[in-house]
Amino acid sequence: MSIEVIKAGIADSVQDGGRYGYQHLGINPTGAMDLLAMKMANALAGNALNEAVVEMSFPAASLYFHKAAFIALAGADFSPRLNGAHVPLYQPIGVAAGSELKFSKALQGAWCYLAVRGGVDVREWLGSTSTHVKAGAGGLGRFLKRGDILPIRYSPGLSDTIIYPWRTSPWLVSPQATKEPSSLHAALHIIPGNEFSWLNRKSQKDFLKQPFAIGAHSDRMGYRLTGPALKQQIKEELLSTAVSFGTIQLLPNGELIALMADHQTTGGYPRIAHVISADRSRLVQGRPGDKISFTLTDIQEAEDLAIDQERSLRQLQWACTFKLRETGL
Amino acid sequence: MKEVSIFPVGEQALSICFGNKPDKEINDQVFSLYNHLRRQADPFWKDLIPAYCTLTVVYDLKLVRSHSACAFTYVKNSMEQALEKCIDDEGLTFRKLLIPVCYESAFGLDLPALAKSNRISVDEIIERHTAPTYRVYMLGFLPGFPYMGMVPDAIAAPRLATPRRTVSAGSVGIAGNQTGIYPMDSPGGWNIIGRTPVKLFDVHAKQPVLFQPGDEVTFYPITQEAFDAFDAFDARSFNPISA
Repeated sequence: MSIEVIKAGIADSVQDGGRYGYQHLGINPTGAMDLLAMKMANALAGNALNEAVVEMSFPAASLYFHKAAFIALAGADFSPRLNGAHVPLYQPIGVAAGSELKFSKALQGAWCYLAVRGGVDVREWLGSTSTHVKAGAGGLGRFLKRGDILPIRYSPGLSDTIIYPWRTSPWLVSPQATKEPSSLHAALHIIPGNEFSWLNRKSQKDFLKQPFAIGAHSDRMGYRLTGPALKQQIKEELLSTAVSFGTIQLLPNGELIALMADHQTTGGYPRIAHVISADRSRLVQGRPGDKISFTLTDIQEAEDLAIDQERSLRQLQWACTFKLRETGL
Repeated sequence: MKEVSIFPVGEQALSICFGNKPDKEINDQVFSLYNHLRRQADPFWKDLIPAYCTLTVVYDLKLVRSHSACAFTYVKNSMEQALEKCIDDEGLTFRKLLIPVCYESAFGLDLPALAKSNRISVDEIIERHTAPTYRVYMLGFLPGFPYMGMVPDAIAAPRLATPRRTVSAGSVGIAGNQTGIYPMDSPGGWNIIGRTPVKLFDVHAKQPVLFQPGDEVTFYPITQEAFDAFDAFDARSFNPISA
């Protein structure tokens, strides 16, 4: 039982909820870029929310199903086609053996997730299947390439493709997402970083009022943000200290970098802000050239929104489990 | 303890900050709290990340919120309590490691430039570099990369203006008053002065990383022949831990 990569994408990998407990050794957590989409795909596929999934950016891999599978896609819309026919995101699909899944066009978003019922059966490293490219471990230890075989743990007995009638949408789970999935129109909530006050008054205002564009040099480590050049009123040398997924650092040239899933464990640039985790999905799904803006919130609201999102995900998971049972799957 | 501040790093982590300079006494406070917390099997912590002057606690937001309406306040309060308790802990003890380094010209790529800029001979650089016992203040940048200090001013040097595309695994470098070792091939901007045959990172090992935060490290020079013999002998069976 397996899925074969018949055409490589540019940066596709196996990811899960991330690898924690080793950051004191410099081993960063990695994990899915859009954790919300990853968990929604897993819920729809009847999996544990942090089960291993295939993460894809565009151009994405083409996949061949050697055996039938029960799958769900979530996150970016790369116009998925199964044996040439369009298939939806956020809806479970029964895939017949011998099918080909291709992604033809990047319509929206940056990262698409494929969850397979039972999970992708790949190697764990330090308790996680997330691919750690620098260490060459977890998952396949690298980005996927042509000919790779991804074993799957479950295969349903079906001979034709079935698109099951239940579906969900990001805005049902994340109150921050608007009707347009992964919309960037609404400002991203941030809590100020410890060095926010190192910006001069005007730059503090600019940061919260002006739009920033996601830069071309954006990958799983970080997204460059270009906008008004920000100036520091305090220019101390900052000693390296821990940073996290969503931390926005000010680079010496006045540009910003938002740290992503493959960020290093520590950094020495001023931390201007942290994008709250409930809004991270929208940031992560932004593509080079997209405009974003920031609005201030506090730690209490950041926590409340994260907890709300988590609760909605649990409810989605229960609903999907119920549907699967009802359908006899 | 009067200068301790606690602030959020996103809504699922906070840092306890003891100052902002590379200083053994400040770093002792970091490790005192780090060791205290590591001795407790507290289910809230997902990661404890020590650095020069900070300890960062990554916590399980959902779990903490099942105990309290504000996780940050809850964790902050428990950190303040832990700070008081850890004063009573026994003195800090650290592992001691002896690391062989070959400073021959094939490996010490930046030795000539460093000698020139710091007006010191290559032999003196080696002598100065091997004299102190360094502390691993933190690991970061790459899995298993130790940030050690402090190197004497006489051999301190800023990072290279143009970082190298590839620095070989085992390369020993200097950046400012810090010394470090590249655990794997990587781009890098530290001044490379030698190379160790010891493996710092082994993905297949149960403990993939050789160093731990707080380790005390001393370097000793070896010849090219010893380096080659060491390689052949099997670097993995070498035990650099002397105490």
